[in-house]
Amino acid sequence: MPAVPLSLIWVVPALPLLGFLVNGTLALARPGAKRAVSIVGVGTLVLAFAAAALAVVEFGAHATAPLVFRYWDWIPAAELQVPFALQLDQLSAVMILIVTGVGALIHVFSVGYMHDDAGYARFFAYLNLFVFFMLTLVLGASFPVMFVGWEGVGLCSYLLIGFWFNEKINADAGKKAFIVNRIGDFGFLIAMLLIFWRVGSLDFAAVFARAPAAFAPAGALITAITLFLFLGCTGKSAQIPLYTWLPDAMQGPTPVSALIHAATMVTAGVYLVARCGVLFALSPIGSATVAGVGALTALFAATIALKQWDIKRVLAYSTVSQLGYMFVGVGTGAYAAGIFHLATHAFFKALLFLGSGSVIHAMHRAYHATHSHDDAQDMRNMGGLARYLPWTWGLMWIATLAIAGIPPFAGFFSKDEILGAAFAEATVRPAWYVFWALGLGAALLTAFYMTRLMLYTFHGPNRTGDREREHLHEAPWSMTGPLVVLGALTVAGGVLNVPPLFGGGALLERWLEPVTGVASRLSPLVEVPHATEWALVVGAVLVAVLGIAGALRLLRPETLVPARLAPPESGFGRILWKKWYVDELYDAVFVRPIVWLSREVLWKIVDVRIVDGLLVDGTAVVTRALGWIGSRLQTGEVGVYVVGFVVGVLVVLVAALR
Amino acid sequence: MLLAPALLVSAVLFTFGVAGVLIRRNAIVIFMCVELMLNAVNLTFVALAQQLGVAGQIFVFFVMAVAAAEAAVGLAILLAIFRHRQTLNLQNINLLKG
Repeated sequence: MPAVPLSLIWVVPALPLLGFLVNGTLALARPGAKRAVSIVGVGTLVLAFAAAALAVVEFGAHATAPLVFRYWDWIPAAELQVPFALQLDQLSAVMILIVTGVGALIHVFSVGYMHDDAGYARFFAYLNLFVFFMLTLVLGASFPVMFVGWEGVGLCSYLLIGFWFNEKINADAGKKAFIVNRIGDFGFLIAMLLIFWRVGSLDFAAVFARAPAAFAPAGALITAITLFLFLGCTGKSAQIPLYTWLPDAMQGPTPVSALIHAATMVTAGVYLVARCGVLFALSPIGSATVAGVGALTALFAATIALKQWDIKRVLAYSTVSQLGYMFVGVGTGAYAAGIFHLATHAFFKALLFLGSGSVIHAMHRAYHATHSHDDAQDMRNMGGLARYLPWTWGLMWIATLAIAGIPPFAGFFSKDEILGAAFAEATVRPAWYVFWALGLGAALLTAFYMTRLMLYTFHGPNRTGDREREHLHEAPWSMTGPLVVLGALTVAGGVLNVPPLFGGGALLERWLEPVTGVASRLSPLVEVPHATEWALVVGAVLVAVLGIAGALRLLRPETLVPARLAPPESGFGRILWKKWYVDELYDAVFVRPIVWLSREVLWKIVDVRIVDGLLVDGTAVVTRALGWIGSRLQTGEVGVYVVGFVVGVLVVLVAALR
Repeated sequence: MLLAPALLVSAVLFTFGVAGVLIRRNAIVIFMCVELMLNAVNLTFVALAQQLGVAGQIFVFFVMAVAAAEAAVGLAILLAIFRHRQTLNLQNINLLKG
């Protein structure tokens, strides 16, 4: 018997919820109580991580099958029985460790980063609420419970992107994220209803057990369900065509970008596909779409990242690109590889974002000290920061090498596994050759743009300004501390899942086997000979090295000028800088027609003319007309009434006598 | 007995009463026409009582009593109206209109 009853798993999400309630109250009542806010905000996360770790250890020691804990009947409605239940299994165990672990580090970082902000308490309240919803998402034992978390993290994302809502651009970015996510959520809902219609249940265990019998393999229904589910994923996880909100989401505070828009929330789509692996395994079209869209997004976003100047936007497009990799993994059926990349990406991307936060913090303080209005996030205003921020510099290089796929850092193993699985799948399904090639191209560009980011930010001459330069300092330890921990994870994270090729035990893969095994048996992964695997590994590393070397050779940080003096982009670079004009395209095709329709038709015709004019005013006119007719009968002359009375009597008499 | 002529006289009297109420403008005259109608009905009661029993004759006393009460109240109202408006022409008394 476990020493601690695992049914107490509800404590893990309850702790951040408690933090939210306390911090939310403080934000309303005592916004200045920063000390209490820090203790509650960080404390609940650290305790949640401890509880999660304890639960996972207990689980690993005593159980193999998924444990479902029903707490109360949430929606008891005839055939639809949805209990509020949490599910602890190998997959959710990995996820809660990532969410609470990385979450706790980012909370610590936020203590330093947000310290001078007036909305400090509000920030921590939102951040805690986010962690609560994210844990509900990954622990939910049925689609509806997961959907609660799914919507909740969307809400927190909106609140935190628009955290500095006094500036319109931030509020707009929040709205964009929320609205674009609605489109994806619509897909999720439709898929959920279709599943219930056919299977008659929404509990994960029941759905996945009955799915192979309930759905014809490769049938139209299962394909529709998987495609609608994936629509939800493209919204939440920022894939083509719904990725446009994520780069704009960088308007939020940097810890938010690190936690929500890189490490955890945006990976919810990957988690969903991995969770529903049984469904995707039944639908070749669905899984091919996942892998194809992922591969395309990986390359597409990487091209945009080549020409961005805002340090956080580079990382945002990089996130979109890396999420594409994860979808290639889970779409191929290599669920362990996808989740592995999710984990390593959480480490190195959180490190990169927090590093960029440290850079922005320093830049912002420097500009603040001299009352300059230059952009603290534009890389053209940086340069040579390695001297002033040595810790950040070193740690960000580690993360850069990891994301580029240089061994032995964490990203190398996970990215390599995904590309290897895609190549192996191609031997039976040739479409995967294209996906693999796209992924490899994205790897080249990733190495290039990340090196570009490092070169322009930390190397070459400093372009911040002469007076500002003396104010550039490394951040306090509360900020660099989490960076160091994430750096260690970035270096060592690969040991989670060293493949047998390198003499490892594929730990994560074996750990996840009870969850992913069902799907893998439905659609087995293809094995390729060791020689081919070695060739793929060498090829991938060569590509990464090529990207880094190319950037070092082609880019000249000395030639850059500060942003306000920079000439406008020209030629193909301008297309990339303008993000392939996708935002403009969406604006022209969707936003403007909808705004036009709303304003010219729905408002000026439907609302003003039909609702107000015809229905509201029309009712009044008709009523008044009827009243006017009635009032004409009331002449006030008794004689007229008597005539009416007599006529009435005569009519009744005649009618009675007939 | 002379039932048919009696009923005929009653119908004529009643019709005169109705016509008077419809045509005349003076409230006093209208009032008198109402009395005419009441008495036409009384005549009908009495005429039919010959064949249908004494109840009709009893009814006549009731009608007379009610008519007397009505006359008292009605004349009082007319007196009040006249004091107020200096006229009893109903065409001039039409304040209660929509």
